[in-house]
Amino acid sequence: MTELHTKPISEMLQDLDNKVYSSVELTNHYLDRIAQFDPALNSYITVLGESALARAALMDKARQQGTHGPLAGIPIAHKDIICSGRTSAGSKMLDNFIAPYDATLVEQLEKAGAVILGKTNMDEFAMGSSNENSYYGAVHNPWDNDRVPGGSSGGSAAAVAAGLCAAATGTDTGGSIRQPASFCGITGLKPTYGRVSRWGVIAYASSLDQAGPMAQTAEDAALMLQSMAGHDPRDSTSSDLLVPNYLAKLTQSVKGHRIGLCQEYMEEGLDEATRAAVLSAASTLESLGAVISDVSLPTTTQAIPAYYIIAPAECSANLSRYDGVRFGHRCDKPQSIEDLYKRSRSEGLGREVKSRIMVGAFALSAGYYDAYYRKAQQIRRLISQDFARAFEQVDYILGPTTPSPAFAIGEKVDDQVAMYLQDIYTIAVNLAGLPAISLPAGFSQGLPVGMQLIGRHMDESGLLNLGHQFQQTTDWHRQRPQLV
Amino acid sequence: MTQHEGPRTTGPSANNQATRHVDEAIVLTVAELSQLHIDTGDIHRCVQEMTQVLALVEQMRDVDTTDVEPMSHPFDTRQTLRADEVTEADQRASFQAIAPETSAGFYLVPRVVE
Repeated sequence: MTELHTKPISEMLQDLDNKVYSSVELTNHYLDRIAQFDPALNSYITVLGESALARAALMDKARQQGTHGPLAGIPIAHKDIICSGRTSAGSKMLDNFIAPYDATLVEQLEKAGAVILGKTNMDEFAMGSSNENSYYGAVHNPWDNDRVPGGSSGGSAAAVAAGLCAAATGTDTGGSIRQPASFCGITGLKPTYGRVSRWGVIAYASSLDQAGPMAQTAEDAALMLQSMAGHDPRDSTSSDLLVPNYLAKLTQSVKGHRIGLCQEYMEEGLDEATRAAVLSAASTLESLGAVISDVSLPTTTQAIPAYYIIAPAECSANLSRYDGVRFGHRCDKPQSIEDLYKRSRSEGLGREVKSRIMVGAFALSAGYYDAYYRKAQQIRRLISQDFARAFEQVDYILGPTTPSPAFAIGEKVDDQVAMYLQDIYTIAVNLAGLPAISLPAGFSQGLPVGMQLIGRHMDESGLLNLGHQFQQTTDWHRQRPQLV
Repeated sequence: MTQHEGPRTTGPSANNQATRHVDEAIVLTVAELSQLHIDTGDIHRCVQEMTQVLALVEQMRDVDTTDVEPMSHPFDTRQTLRADEVTEADQRASFQAIAPETSAGFYLVPRVVE
């Protein structure tokens, strides 16, 4: 049992079928590891031991009876922005919030038979790139506890990397699945906007937010996405395109796939070992039959400026719901309705969240709207057109996920802009609504390095296929941190 | 996204001419729009932070966006529609169970009208 957690989900499912162990044993294994290692990592906000074991027992019975779903008995975790039971979004504002309903994706994964071990730590309301903006404290990177795991889905990434769950869900508004996946040496997929329902996913920036899987392998990510994706009538932005069979395509050859190496992503400012890892990955893909060429995304440098207007603008509207009236934190003895709003919000929301709300309110205010908000939306169009042009030449775009490996806790906490620049390679994808995957591709200074593959709208299956084939010939995804 | 009534007097008169200068008055106005209270000791930090963020986003000025249609949504396709039917059951009790203060099915707030 000692190395159980290093197995991919596909192997666990076989073992469960062959009665090598039960889901109850598997769940206990993870709960023991959480008890042993999470005090040093802080990757979970809530651990649901009792309900997980009860559910695991049910799934064991279902498997015996042959009435089980595709993920029956597999212990996973949800980012704490996804509504299910106690859901905090990493904020004091929602510290006392019990979601009155489950998110669609939670229902779907439950239907598939997954066992929920708990809810993972995150940057408050998904605003951050280091997981230091959590009311519940920073998450520590399992590869080096003095470093950040990335954010905002840092708890999910750390938990998967440390073997504290078989896989986890995350959300990605500007890189929040891919950047922590890269920092923690796991596989993270940000699906096309609209592929996974946002119903019950607490909103940050509604035209950018998208939930996706974080797992040890591309195959595990495919298994998770298969159950998460699909049309949801309760989310009007959810796509009604049919969900393909992601698993069926995994084993196909990638021969002839045209992959463009994004020149702007390989320029100055990129860590040398990361650059070498991406170039080496390009060679590996070439040896698998893919055709590598250069591709340009000229407006890409404008993605961060445009994002830091659009996302705050949307967040300033979305987070106006936290007013101390219907749920969440309420200040003590409010003197007036205005005092109630202001003190409840000021006490309940953290520094970064308040900063983004204010920037958003500024960008939307009369006199600034055209110069900032409208301008950012125009640049969003240009970025989207850049991708459209690139996808006339190639099928996928390759580059690094982040400019450097995980940085030290505290290193960028007082430099907001330096923190924002962490997402330089990931943000454009959200503005264009595209799918992208981060895959382990090497090491720099003993820390994992991720590469990013970007695909056309709704081509998650192509990305997972490339990822799986890459992982058949490399073993970066099998490297594990030594936990202390 | 709709416009707020903002700090009009310090705003620019034409497109693409926004001021780069953030001062205490702007921060306090934006805080007011956001229903946030800022401690006196934090105002200077907020001015600095907003100045830095706006300096970052000012890079957008370098891009010629003449005649570029703004894009507010990743897809220009239609949103999916559903029949206009009630599908949710009444959940007032469960929603109000997590409210700070309720009475007889209402949410309680401080007196608004004297």
